[in-house]
Amino acid sequence: MDKAEIQEKVCTILAEQLAVAPDKVTPAARFSEDLDADSLDLVEAVLALEEEFGVSIPEEEMEDVKTVGEAVDLVAQKLGVSA
Amino acid sequence: MPRRVVVTGIGPVTPVGVGVTEAWDALVAGRGGVRPIERFDTSELPVRIAGEVLDFDPAEFLDAKEVRRSDRVSHFAVAAAKLAWRDAGEPSVEPTRTGVLFSTGIGGLESLLKQHKTFLERGADRVSPFMVPQLMPNAAAGHVAMEFGFSGPNTCIVTACAAGAHAVGEAYRYIKDGLADTFIAGGTEASVLPLTIAAFSQMQALTKNRDASKASRPFDKDRNGFVLSEGACALILEDAEGAVARGARIYAEIAGYGASADAYHITAPEPEGYGAILAIQACLTDAGERPEDVDYINAHGTSTQLNDAAETRAIKKTFGDAAYRVAVSSTKSMTGHLLGAAGAFEAGVAALAITNGLIPPTINYETPDEVCDLDYVPNEARKADVRLALSDSFGFGGQNAVLAVKRFEP
Repeated sequence: MDKAEIQEKVCTILAEQLAVAPDKVTPAARFSEDLDADSLDLVEAVLALEEEFGVSIPEEEMEDVKTVGEAVDLVAQKLGVSA
Repeated sequence: MPRRVVVTGIGPVTPVGVGVTEAWDALVAGRGGVRPIERFDTSELPVRIAGEVLDFDPAEFLDAKEVRRSDRVSHFAVAAAKLAWRDAGEPSVEPTRTGVLFSTGIGGLESLLKQHKTFLERGADRVSPFMVPQLMPNAAAGHVAMEFGFSGPNTCIVTACAAGAHAVGEAYRYIKDGLADTFIAGGTEASVLPLTIAAFSQMQALTKNRDASKASRPFDKDRNGFVLSEGACALILEDAEGAVARGARIYAEIAGYGASADAYHITAPEPEGYGAILAIQACLTDAGERPEDVDYINAHGTSTQLNDAAETRAIKKTFGDAAYRVAVSSTKSMTGHLLGAAGAFEAGVAALAITNGLIPPTINYETPDEVCDLDYVPNEARKADVRLALSDSFGFGGQNAVLAVKRFEP
């Protein structure tokens, strides 16, 4: 899986989990301001990402993740995929 | 001087229909909503029928995200509240003077069970962060308040099969005492699930009758348990003066409320109707009415041997000779038992009986029982001039609530 595929999957999952239109889920989109996601939504979204990619994302690593792009980077890093 | 309280909107979401027209038309036609269960496999269960709300799409009432984040019990509540609010003509209100009292018997059990399964099979770190707000019984009242932005008194009364009646009764008192001007008061339940079928069945509470359309038969000699149902109903209650001033269509007045406990057994009713009598008497006293002036009683009438006999005794002891002149019907013969939603829906039915001059029947009444010898309005709706109606609700836990619903005379 390359980074582009990871990004596509992450965006699809987030759109579903956060119940927002897929075109709003861009790398620059901010979870709180642009996607109206609260802390509970983020926990649920991370559960779904962990499930999909078979990775473990501890809470403290999510603390700095504010945008979709940062979430994609985190997942890619876990999978050992670089840009 | 205490204020008067009127019903200006009704929002049923029930196995016999969604919305006033559909639900009321079914009731007066004697059309039941008990069917073979469709939402899950029943092949291993002792009971395979229930009153389910089918063709219900929560997305018609809530945005997609809230649908995901909340349990079916809250979906029903928000739907009922919105239907009732529309039915009341969407009055313009002061949000801080508008309260919500939404009860349930059980809460978001389906979500709890789903997460418990995840927890057991896959571990603590797979449990959804939404489980707590989904399962808590007061979630429905919270969701309704959020949908409307109403920030007046907001609570939830959990009294099993009497919960919906307590909600209407307590909301009536808030308005009567001047603590709020408008209330959305209702009950909701979404517990038709394999586990609850098993559990109520182990109590011998559910009918084992396989014929869905004949299963719920309150006051009939061959009754042998209730039918588990799901749904919700909300009533819009308003200060009468305000409702008249805004030209609201008024169904009826909530004229009295009586509450009591059997203090006897955690599930069985006191056989002589002790607690039920106290609640009926307290309700009539509150309404300033006499037993002989009651035209109609929407009975608790669950179709269990014990309830229907005890309720009949309670009516006879409270009403004396007048017991044989009052029309008593159980709409649970058609809806099944909506548990925490029952009392709110049935108070709405009492109001509709007054408005329409028509009493819905007790269907499946075929064989008279010597211990149930009142006029149960068997099988066919009856035209009647109903001025004063009571709605009885008696819960597991021994908690009783009775409402008096009266034609509104300004």
